[in-house]
Amino acid sequence: MSSPQAVGDLVSQPYKYGFVTDIETEKIAKGLSEDVVRLISSKKEEPAFLLDFRLRAYRHWLTMVEPDWAALGYPSIDYQEIIYYAAPKQQAKKASLDEVDPKLLETFDKLGIPLSEQKRLSNVAVDAVFDSVSIATTYKEKLAEHGVIFCSISEAVKEHPELIEAYLGTVVPSNDNYFAALNSAVFSDGSFVFIPKGVECPMELSTYFRINSGDTGQFERTLIVAEEGASVSYLEGCTAPMFDTNQLHAAVVELVVLDDASIKYSTVQNWYAGDENGVGGIYNFVTKRGQCRGARSKISWTQVETGSAITWKYPSCVLQGADSVGEFYSVALTNNRQQADTGTKMIHVGPRTRSTIVSKGISAGHSANSYRGLVQIGPKAEGAKNYSQCDSMLIGDQAAANTYPYIRSQQPQAAVEHEASTCRISEDQLFYLQSRGIGFEEAVSMMVSGFCRDVFNQLPMEFAAEADKLLALKLEGSVG
Amino acid sequence: MIRPDAPVLLEIRDLHARVEAKAILKGVNLTIRAGEIHAVMGRNGSGKSTLSKVLAGHPSYTVTGGSVTYRGENLLELDPEIRARAGVFLGFQYPVEIPGVSNLEFLRVSTNARRVHRGEAELDTFEFEDLVRERLQVVQMDPAFLERSVNEGFSGGEKKRNEILQMALLEPLVAILDETDSGLDIDALRIVAGGVNHLATPDTATLLITHYQRLLDAITPDYVHVMAAGRILRTGGKELALELEQRGYDWVDAELAALEGADADRQPAEVA
Ligand SMILES: Nc1ncnc2c1ncn2[C@@H]1O[C@H](COP(=O)(O)OP(=O)(O)OP(=O)(O)O)[C@@H](O)[C@H]1O
Ligand SMILES: [Mg+2]
Repeated sequence: MSSPQAVGDLVSQPYKYGFVTDIETEKIAKGLSEDVVRLISSKKEEPAFLLDFRLRAYRHWLTMVEPDWAALGYPSIDYQEIIYYAAPKQQAKKASLDEVDPKLLETFDKLGIPLSEQKRLSNVAVDAVFDSVSIATTYKEKLAEHGVIFCSISEAVKEHPELIEAYLGTVVPSNDNYFAALNSAVFSDGSFVFIPKGVECPMELSTYFRINSGDTGQFERTLIVAEEGASVSYLEGCTAPMFDTNQLHAAVVELVVLDDASIKYSTVQNWYAGDENGVGGIYNFVTKRGQCRGARSKISWTQVETGSAITWKYPSCVLQGADSVGEFYSVALTNNRQQADTGTKMIHVGPRTRSTIVSKGISAGHSANSYRGLVQIGPKAEGAKNYSQCDSMLIGDQAAANTYPYIRSQQPQAAVEHEASTCRISEDQLFYLQSRGIGFEEAVSMMVSGFCRDVFNQLPMEFAAEADKLLALKLEGSVG
Repeated sequence: MIRPDAPVLLEIRDLHARVEAKAILKGVNLTIRAGEIHAVMGRNGSGKSTLSKVLAGHPSYTVTGGSVTYRGENLLELDPEIRARAGVFLGFQYPVEIPGVSNLEFLRVSTNARRVHRGEAELDTFEFEDLVRERLQVVQMDPAFLERSVNEGFSGGEKKRNEILQMALLEPLVAILDETDSGLDIDALRIVAGGVNHLATPDTATLLITHYQRLLDAITPDYVHVMAAGRILRTGGKELALELEQRGYDWVDAELAALEGADADRQPAEVA
């Protein structure tokens, strides 16, 4: 019954998004070479500067080695066994949703992301990415009225090449790290957001990533630019079917904010995590970085990481502008054999820059959950301030939690504060709630969501409830 | 109030229980009727809290023999939350802290669980605010405690008041209060005792676990039981508590020795 064992069972819920959509797909042959990079670029009819960008990245990638410093263990990835491009056969993005393959619309319906007009979330525009391509973006016209560009990155390459050329790879250079280089060489699709000077984006923007093919890697690329005084709140969500092989997901996200601008970037990650023995699941190697280029600019990362077999992800902020602000709020839940090594980097360059880090790790089953964070205060960052708080919650006695906070300061006056705690859901706490009529599952989920509250409070309203539901879902199930 | 014709709420028969390999309850017998107030006293470690937790369904304790019937139903086969919804309440000797869970939210979810079980409508946040403010009067507690996490950073006495507040909201039929008086200052003791008296009705019963006469001065028990080595060794009226206050527990050893010498299965005297 309600033993610690049962708490473990509770978080091992069947994955609800594990279905595969049966749709004709155009795939290229597996394996990676310069020819494959050229093929991807030509399929996407890209301008020369982009092909050059890809080739430079590819050539650099060949000289790099896969990093092994994270507290992660996984068999080596055979990059020649992966397919680097897959797209549902209905080619060329449709002008109207009515022309989109109903099977695709149905897939997103099933995932709880209705794209068809009448069912849409009223204040959220959605870009839906299926395997390597964006299949639909809603509310484009309404956004265009405000000068906001929200489209797939492939479309942006065609329609706004000057913006892509000006910003792509300027925050995460193509040779930044092994996975970023790989992504730069073969990236498929993702979202592009541009908020012009002085515009407050009139609705939430959201991209939903769906991996469907079993042998395809997903290499999405997202770029968000907020000009002077602009602001936007953006959310990404992700799911994948259950396969007993591992799929590679190596994304790059770049954010640029100019003077007085702000970007709030939230992620609810629910990739397939593998089964209870650790078979299958997504390998999620992501480089996310934002650059606060302007004075008083602000970037806020909020992430709720519940899926993937392996998570390697450190959304970071480079705080260049004077008085700029970086924030990182994270909940990472691991269960079974899941491994997560996640955290952030706050690089303080400009004077009086401030950063806040709040990380909540929940580990259940035999999983391992590590926080890895770097706070770096450069010589010109007078008066810089950082506050970090890293809390871990253990469920059962087989799970592991680690915290690796690194602090490098070249400013003796900088105020850097770090707090950490570890707690375990105890049988007595659960019994206390039960003895007041609260069911076992609800008791666990009350405690977990209480633990995560500081982070959930940061999510856009429309999604806070969703995140709470997602954790509850991961925790839901029959007891004993 | 003793009424021989009042319905039996709780019937404990020859209850045995262990924690891990250690036998703790070794044949408890106790019958509680509606309207009655029972006090259970006894030395530290005699098994009083164990009895209360077994009744509430704590998973660490395994029942190895005997039965517990609650309003004609087998209590032991119900999950702890079902027992609570059905009206069995345990006020803990050591209430645990639950960081991050708001006290107000906790009280509301718990109250609604009991209400639904009784066939009443759930209260929304506004209706619940009204109810909880009214019940706060019973324990004279500051509403500020509602905004905090469950018991987190509460002083010993504040935790006990929070227990009585929960009791006031859940309106149990059988309330088991495990040393609710310990750690209370004199005023708080009076307030808590007042609360318990206020909540006791002819349809409900109370089982008070205590070490001190001063609580029994404020709440007059109908029966006083002395627990020793996992069973109820002696039962009497309120005068038994006064006698214990004077004589202490030395006599228990002699009686226990005699009992242990006798047939191991022999039942001690029981109530009602
Ligand atoms: N979880 C446990 N593990 C090991 N021993 C336990 C456990 N719970 C209770 N015991 C033991 O059972 C015996 C009875 O404990 P219990 O808490 O019921 O006593 P009590 O009568 O309530 O004492 P007190 O007056 O000090 O509160 C004690 O010897 C105690 O150490
Ligand atoms: Mg006790």
